[in-house]
Amino acid sequence: MTFDDWILALHLLSAFALVAALVLFWILIVASRNVDTPGPTIALGRIAVVGSATIAVGIAGTIVFGVWLAISLDAYQVWDGWVIGAIVLWAIAAGTGGRAGKEYSRAFDRARELDAAGQSGPDSGLLALNRTSQGLLLHTISSVVTLLILIDMIWKPGA
Amino acid sequence: MSVLATIRPDSWNFPLLVHVLGAMILVGGVLSAFSALAFARGDARLLRLGYWSLLAVGLPGYIVMRIGAEWMYSKENLDKLPDDPTWVGIGYMTADIGAVLLLIALVAGGFGVRRLRTGKGTALLNVSMGISIILLAAYVVAIWAMSAKPD
Repeated sequence: MTFDDWILALHLLSAFALVAALVLFWILIVASRNVDTPGPTIALGRIAVVGSATIAVGIAGTIVFGVWLAISLDAYQVWDGWVIGAIVLWAIAAGTGGRAGKEYSRAFDRARELDAAGQSGPDSGLLALNRTSQGLLLHTISSVVTLLILIDMIWKPGA
Repeated sequence: MSVLATIRPDSWNFPLLVHVLGAMILVGGVLSAFSALAFARGDARLLRLGYWSLLAVGLPGYIVMRIGAEWMYSKENLDKLPDDPTWVGIGYMTADIGAVLLLIALVAGGFGVRRLRTGKGTALLNVSMGISIILLAAYVVAIWAMSAKPD
């Protein structure tokens, strides 16, 4: 095994971390759709912490090891169309994903506020934040763009 | 190997996408299940979420991954080799033993969720959680083997 093989393995492990975290966030989005009380929202927030850590590893690892491979391997160059396309898509996925995270974190913040105020009952504002259409749209875009990156990585158009 | 990746026939790409995407969904489902079960702290809603993540996401992901794997195996004519390469062996071992573990986790979790309704404790769901972390560790090894392809 060469050093580049190890870098490729780390690149793919990062890609798996990224998509696994997206899947985890999809599960949380579906699970929180009907949640209108602080307790369950805070509980789901504990799982979101795992997703946030995993997606950070995935986002950083895919770009660092991906660019490293493009520089290191003779067969590919950083300025190849499919590599540039992947970097642009990666930036879109990271940007929209980050904004989706901020949208959903508003629900966790609201739940903590309600909990601190001693309110444990249903709250229509919290339900609305858990059902944020903006967050759903941004997460959908991030997921679709990530799928496009995967397709680009496998087909390598123009390579 | 990099050169091989460059000259991979186009007809292999879709089966590879099916295999990789299925595997990613599987890892996501198992990661979600482990996280929900580990952070549940006795919360029945999270314990159920953990079990359903494994059943409704992890299991379909495994099936898609396995279909893609067999499709690729035949496309690459690996079935015509006298012996499987090491990386294929690691992949099959992880998939086969992983399938048994996944089924045990699902059965234990299924009974565990039923026991929740009668307030009989979370021991069986803890079994599912333990198996989930073992599966995640095995998947890391399998992903490394599939990508680095050790001799």
